[in-house]
Amino acid sequence: MIEVERLRKRYGSKVAVDDLSFEVRPGRVTGFLGPNGAGKSTTMRMILGLDRPSGGAVSINGRSYGSRRRPLFEIGALLDAKAVHGGRSAYNHLRCLAQSNGIGRRRVDEVIDLVGLGSVAGKRVKGFSLGMSQRLGIAAALLGDPGILMFDEPVNGLDPEGIAWIRTFMKAMAAEGRTVFVSSHLMSEMAVTADHLVVIGRGRLVADASIDDVISGSTQKSVLVRSPRADQLSSLLDRHGATVATAPDGALTVSGLDAAAIGDAAAEAGIALHELSPQRASLEEAYMALTQDSVEYAAVSTGGGSAGPGAAAGAPAAAGAAGAAGAAVPDSAWAAPGTAGARTPEQAVPAPIDDPWAKGPTS
Amino acid sequence: MTTLSPTGPTGIATSAPTTGIAADLTNVVRSEWTKFRSVRSTYWTLIASVVVTVGLSAAICAGFEHGASQEDKQTTDLVQLTLTGAFLSQLLIGVLGVLVITSEYGTGMIRTTLTAVPRRWLVLAGKAIVFAVVVLVVSTAMAFAAFLVGQAILSQSLSVSLSESGGYRAVTGAGLYLTVVGLFGLGIGTIIRHTAGAISALVGVLLVLMIVVSLLPSSLNDHIWRYLPSNAGSAIMKTRPDSSTMAPWNGFALFCGYTAATLVVGAILMGRRDA
Repeated sequence: MIEVERLRKRYGSKVAVDDLSFEVRPGRVTGFLGPNGAGKSTTMRMILGLDRPSGGAVSINGRSYGSRRRPLFEIGALLDAKAVHGGRSAYNHLRCLAQSNGIGRRRVDEVIDLVGLGSVAGKRVKGFSLGMSQRLGIAAALLGDPGILMFDEPVNGLDPEGIAWIRTFMKAMAAEGRTVFVSSHLMSEMAVTADHLVVIGRGRLVADASIDDVISGSTQKSVLVRSPRADQLSSLLDRHGATVATAPDGALTVSGLDAAAIGDAAAEAGIALHELSPQRASLEEAYMALTQDSVEYAAVSTGGGSAGPGAAAGAPAAAGAAGAAGAAVPDSAWAAPGTAGARTPEQAVPAPIDDPWAKGPTS
Repeated sequence: MTTLSPTGPTGIATSAPTTGIAADLTNVVRSEWTKFRSVRSTYWTLIASVVVTVGLSAAICAGFEHGASQEDKQTTDLVQLTLTGAFLSQLLIGVLGVLVITSEYGTGMIRTTLTAVPRRWLVLAGKAIVFAVVVLVVSTAMAFAAFLVGQAILSQSLSVSLSESGGYRAVTGAGLYLTVVGLFGLGIGTIIRHTAGAISALVGVLLVLMIVVSLLPSSLNDHIWRYLPSNAGSAIMKTRPDSSTMAPWNGFALFCGYTAATLVVGAILMGRRDA
């Protein structure tokens, strides 16, 4: 069990991780998803006590990492497969790590066999392919047979066979009751490996939900509507029970009503429509919207709309606003992503960041 | 992958007692010993040091034996002459000390290391212990080798022996000096973390500082010269009193002080900084 509480990391004026709280539970694969630069690796380094948090705390099985005498028995991590001394053999690499925690020679041989590196154990790591390096890193993580495993982008750069091996491996580890925490910037990868997702964007928590909820949430329909009388249409649709988000260019993203109902309602009121196109968010699109705009969400809170790429220019200036809105509670929006906000107007979201799925695909 | 069972710590044979700081340090020392002996740069650097120390001393002694004036032969510190190679090999040993830590930062291995041993000072202590023991043995052996080779070469016209005053101290002192230079490199490497930068700093402190100070007006120079790290430390290799340097053990103690301070600063920074 990993508990991250109000974790913050600041590099100079840049906030890499901002008020991040989540838990990683045993018995399932928890995906840690976010675009490159979202703060995933920074968070993982703070979990391992490598980077010092600017605020907040991490505990592993109830204790902080730094006080541990033999951490390899509790948590095994693979942050960067290529972060090994190339001149050392695979065996000696594992041996020195094992020795530091008082782990014997026999276990080193075991983990080497476990990851299938037996034939190259005596070879220098310098010549290893990325796939072999990943296996070596996983062997190192397994040395203490720990209950918690943590991998940073383990499938990056792997061939399909290597990817399949890692997926199977992670699932098997979770099935044995271990806590498995794995980061990726690819939603598609998480969709096939993870049971639960923690999504972050620009250092902030965007979502913390089961993979099923995420999928059902993201496949909800929305409709893109353009009209010269967008404002009137917006309030009209609102009365019909839809949730409407307004983009800066005036386009409305409507959820909770299908295209036919929107068209009928508009015709009844005599409002012309210039565009009426049903949207279906793919997992990937929804994720992009979720993470790319995570700063803009807070910045345009009054509009209730998705900012989209058009608003991106304002993003840097909005960073301060995002920080000020630090008390926003993304967790709650994810209690039931499929239903909250988007489909029930009573639950209309107070600030757009609370339910990014409601906006459907942006742009 | 289903062959794994979640047995936990009890399922794994451990090789050391499980409690106490001594046990932890023992584990870390074992680990660092494996690291130190399992990369080729260790061997190459040590072999190069031996070759340079003995070879340069032999060449200098041979040149001296043939070319020096009778007056020079009377006044020169012959024991120190046989140890001249140490002035060059100190750079190699210093670089080896730097590499012990910067190679971990350079490759990213340090993050794996510190994940396994979160109490960082233990890692630095383990490295220092392993390095000091190995380098003390090697550099003492090569200091004696250099002396014996030099002695043999000089013996054609001069006599120099370990038993003359300060002889033993100077030769064993060469081993001690080189070991502490290496630890000094380890400290600088821990502070700077980048190989090139740390090596530059080491060379700067050991050699460039001497050049800079020698350019100062002598009123200043006289006060500073003897306290420079390499001058203070290498005083232990002299057998003839020299007004421009500190007394052998005093100088060496000062150099040890510089080194200890560097290591302590390194340990503090290592504990505070993000890895």
